[in-house]
Amino acid sequence: MAKIKFTLNNKQVEIEKSPTARLLDILREDFDFTGVKEGCGEGECGACAVLINDQIVNSCIVPLGTVEGKNIVTIEGFSKTKRHEVLRNAFEEEGAVQCGFCTPGMLIASESLLNKNPHPTDEEIKIGLSGNLCRCTGYNMIIKAVKSASKKGDGLW
Amino acid sequence: MKNLTPKTLKETLILLNEGDYKILAGGTDLMIQNRAWSNTLPKFNKDILLVFNLPELKYITLEDDCLHIGSTMTLEELLYHKLTPKLLVEAIKIMASPAIRNMATLGGNIGNASPAGDSLPVLYILNAIVVIESIERTRELPIEDLIIGPGKKTIQKNEIIKEIKIPMSNFTSIRFDKVGGRKADAISKISFAGVAKVKNNTIQDFRVSFGAVGPTVVRNKELEANVIGLTVDDMKVNIQEILNEFGNFIRPIDDQRSNKEYRKTVAINLLKSFILSL
Repeated sequence: MAKIKFTLNNKQVEIEKSPTARLLDILREDFDFTGVKEGCGEGECGACAVLINDQIVNSCIVPLGTVEGKNIVTIEGFSKTKRHEVLRNAFEEEGAVQCGFCTPGMLIASESLLNKNPHPTDEEIKIGLSGNLCRCTGYNMIIKAVKSASKKGDGLW
Repeated sequence: MKNLTPKTLKETLILLNEGDYKILAGGTDLMIQNRAWSNTLPKFNKDILLVFNLPELKYITLEDDCLHIGSTMTLEELLYHKLTPKLLVEAIKIMASPAIRNMATLGGNIGNASPAGDSLPVLYILNAIVVIESIERTRELPIEDLIIGPGKKTIQKNEIIKEIKIPMSNFTSIRFDKVGGRKADAISKISFAGVAKVKNNTIQDFRVSFGAVGPTVVRNKELEANVIGLTVDDMKVNIQEILNEFGNFIRPIDDQRSNKEYRKTVAINLLKSFILSL
């Protein structure tokens, strides 16, 4: 057990847990951020994606001890931003959401990509979202949605 | 279990000297290999030292024509760093996914010692030296002397991988190829790395290595030396002989990802394609 302090969705938090606990379990069970999903549990599907210091990670394989002092944003925190609003509208308009299970991870991956590259090409979007699986849409609508968000949200990223 | 997050390298070395710990960096291999049910702790068979945030291990510097990479530099940090050798960038680009690359470390890819670790064929042909530290000494080992089998290393239990040293060299051709089931997040069926320096149509330097076709990365310096001094045309005329010679050392196995016939054929074809591109 160890006391671990970090920023979670803009709030300072502290929790006493094993440093090898999965960040995913802490976010869902201890902080009730259930927008963070468990899909594969082994870093291959991206449903559990969150941002650590603005960079995407798979929370299902992040050991809690590595987030000491870091800034974590889940879909719940991200959803309070203007950038999320632009992305969400674009996902809706392009039909990029069907069952919705992958969507929080897709939005986090899109945000992480656009933070690095505000105007990505289709190929760059595919690479940016390459760690996120969607079994419904066939991806084309998601790629279109990110492209449209990058245009409509020009200047936000 | 005594899972600890030391704050300094010195504290880490003292702990390593006193106990029997497994070192965990980004966790992208270990957290999966030891995963248990949801909302339970991963089941490690040893106490864990988390070293991901040790400030002393996060650096990249160029000194005396040698690149020094701190072992917990993440793949994503290396991907975007201007000092990272181009061949390593080519490999990292097609490793895993952005989310994994943000946690996965170069030292961890070495420590995991998987025959399919994608940075390894690159580190082998760049003649990488691994700097290993314990409380009593620092020593350096060529990477091929450090990894001796799947998951097997010549690192003592009180030691930690501190740095990867890569001598700077100039090449006229570089190549990294990976064959996997999916573009992202796939473990390689076969990987290939090649570098060459050709001047006045003559081979001055030629190094190739293959991943996931043996218990460790396959590189044969004697066979490489045989082609030094040949003209590119000679090499292409004798390509079948060269492929056969390298082929003798490529003895892959069947596993859940691929089979030995496919692996061997593709490995040789990747070498052929590299030679024909010179």
